[in-house]
Amino acid sequence: MASVGTIFRREFAGYFITPVAYVFIVIFLALAAALTFYVGSFFERGRADLLSFFQWHPWLYLFFMPAISMRLWAEERKTGTIELFLTLPVSTTAAVVGKFLAAWIFAGLALALTFPIWLTVNYLGEPDNGVIAASYIGSFLLAGAYLAIGSCLSALTRNQVIAFVLTVTVCFLFNVLGAGALQPVLGDAVPAEFLETLASFSLLSHFNNIVKGVIDLRDLAYYALAIGVWLAAAAITVDLKKAG
Amino acid sequence: MLALVAAEGLTKRFDAHVAVDRVDLHVGAGEVLGFLGPNGAGKSTTMKMIAGFLAPTEGRAAICGHDVTDDPIRARRNLGYLPEGAPLYGDMTAGAFLAFAAAMRGLSGRQGRAAIGLAVERTDLAEVLAQPIDTLSKGFKRRVGLAQALLHDPPVLILDEPTDGLDPNQKHEMRALIREIRLSKAIVISTHILEEVDAVCTRAAVIAGGRLLADAAPADLAALSPLHNAVSLTLGARFADAAVASLGGLDRVAGVRREPAGPDAVSLTALSGDGGPILADVGMLVQAHGWEVGDLRTETGALDDVFRRMTQPDAEAAGHG
Repeated sequence: MASVGTIFRREFAGYFITPVAYVFIVIFLALAAALTFYVGSFFERGRADLLSFFQWHPWLYLFFMPAISMRLWAEERKTGTIELFLTLPVSTTAAVVGKFLAAWIFAGLALALTFPIWLTVNYLGEPDNGVIAASYIGSFLLAGAYLAIGSCLSALTRNQVIAFVLTVTVCFLFNVLGAGALQPVLGDAVPAEFLETLASFSLLSHFNNIVKGVIDLRDLAYYALAIGVWLAAAAITVDLKKAG
Repeated sequence: MLALVAAEGLTKRFDAHVAVDRVDLHVGAGEVLGFLGPNGAGKSTTMKMIAGFLAPTEGRAAICGHDVTDDPIRARRNLGYLPEGAPLYGDMTAGAFLAFAAAMRGLSGRQGRAAIGLAVERTDLAEVLAQPIDTLSKGFKRRVGLAQALLHDPPVLILDEPTDGLDPNQKHEMRALIREIRLSKAIVISTHILEEVDAVCTRAAVIAGGRLLADAAPADLAALSPLHNAVSLTLGARFADAAVASLGGLDRVAGVRREPAGPDAVSLTALSGDGGPILADVGMLVQAHGWEVGDLRTETGALDDVFRRMTQPDAEAAGHG
């Protein structure tokens, strides 16, 4: 498993070779702040919490995470380096995990750089920092789930744009499962239990649970499972495509 | 002798298209197998399967006794592979890339530095280590790819067109390097430059349409040429008709080719009927008739001639028909 670390380091450093990472982080921070203060009415709410900050994350990540994950495999396939990479003595699992971790830690770094907003709310009032810590964990897990979906879909194609669009679409679907959007569409055609079961697969509803400040084992297990399943699918996709 | 590279019945089908059809190959230590074939013949596909990148539809391949499908990690540890076109991580520097490859091979610390140092020295890369790979010339990129394949001093090397894009000096160095390292290794190189086979290979395998057509020493392969042991001579045009008739009359001559060779001269080539040497017979004939002959020599038979005949028999027939 030493190779996971080696792959992680190469991939992670790769984000910073070009200015893309810096541009990404700056825009991410600017948008997160703009949504919090202008759309989320941070000041008008007059409450010392970060709900107006975290509530946007599922939608913000919808575009930012696919932008991180789209290159993971599609680029290797496009440039042909995948042939070099996968003939090194490394298992497909280690390759998938190493790449995923690099993307996840990079997303974590962008998330961590939002700390001034945490300082602000502590300066202005006395927020429940436990809830904020839980929210940060939830946000990080949500990013991980998006990125796991993104790695799998990136392995499907050699075109990064296709990987991006597919990932946005799939992540959006997993979001709206819990947003009640299906209720009017499916209506009474399906039993309510089915809709509830479907909603339990939603990334959004589990995120909303955590942001309330309650870290339930079920929510953590959900994210662990989501990341695990999508990464397994990514490994299978890489192997199948290779055989093709 | 233990075959370090073994492929048995290797077959790859893409839907209905058969890219590689039941190829058997065995390469032992000290051997350099030159893999010849026109573009699209299945050379790269075969190499990809042996390298364990592409899963064969049928058949199996093994590196140092480790099946590339069932025991891929161990097989790959014993393999240095230069894929077609030498794909590399373009935004890394050459040095960072080699360090990555060494770490992936489990070579770290002093061992890693020594391995990188040796590979850099062998491929003469020292001056470009700090440069991003994207900014390097094609020749340097190819050498970075080769350095990566040599890092761990593997017993098996599979190099897909290692000299493609190199200038004549670099080609010469690449061949010298392959000759230098071949003693303890099994090396498979693909190429469509036939002189390369003469220069470095101990064996040549010809593949076309996915099928292995020949697998022999380059000299034996060249002997398959109709020109093998043929005798060429140049003489004045006024002797030509008589010479063609007399040469054609020799028992051991299968035929005579005639080509103009200047304003008042023709070049005749007497083909050996049994593939044996006929220079003595032709020489005696020349003396007996007192022809003024310039340039009398035995042809060894050209690989490219054999190659063309094997890989496109129809075109060959049309050309001489």
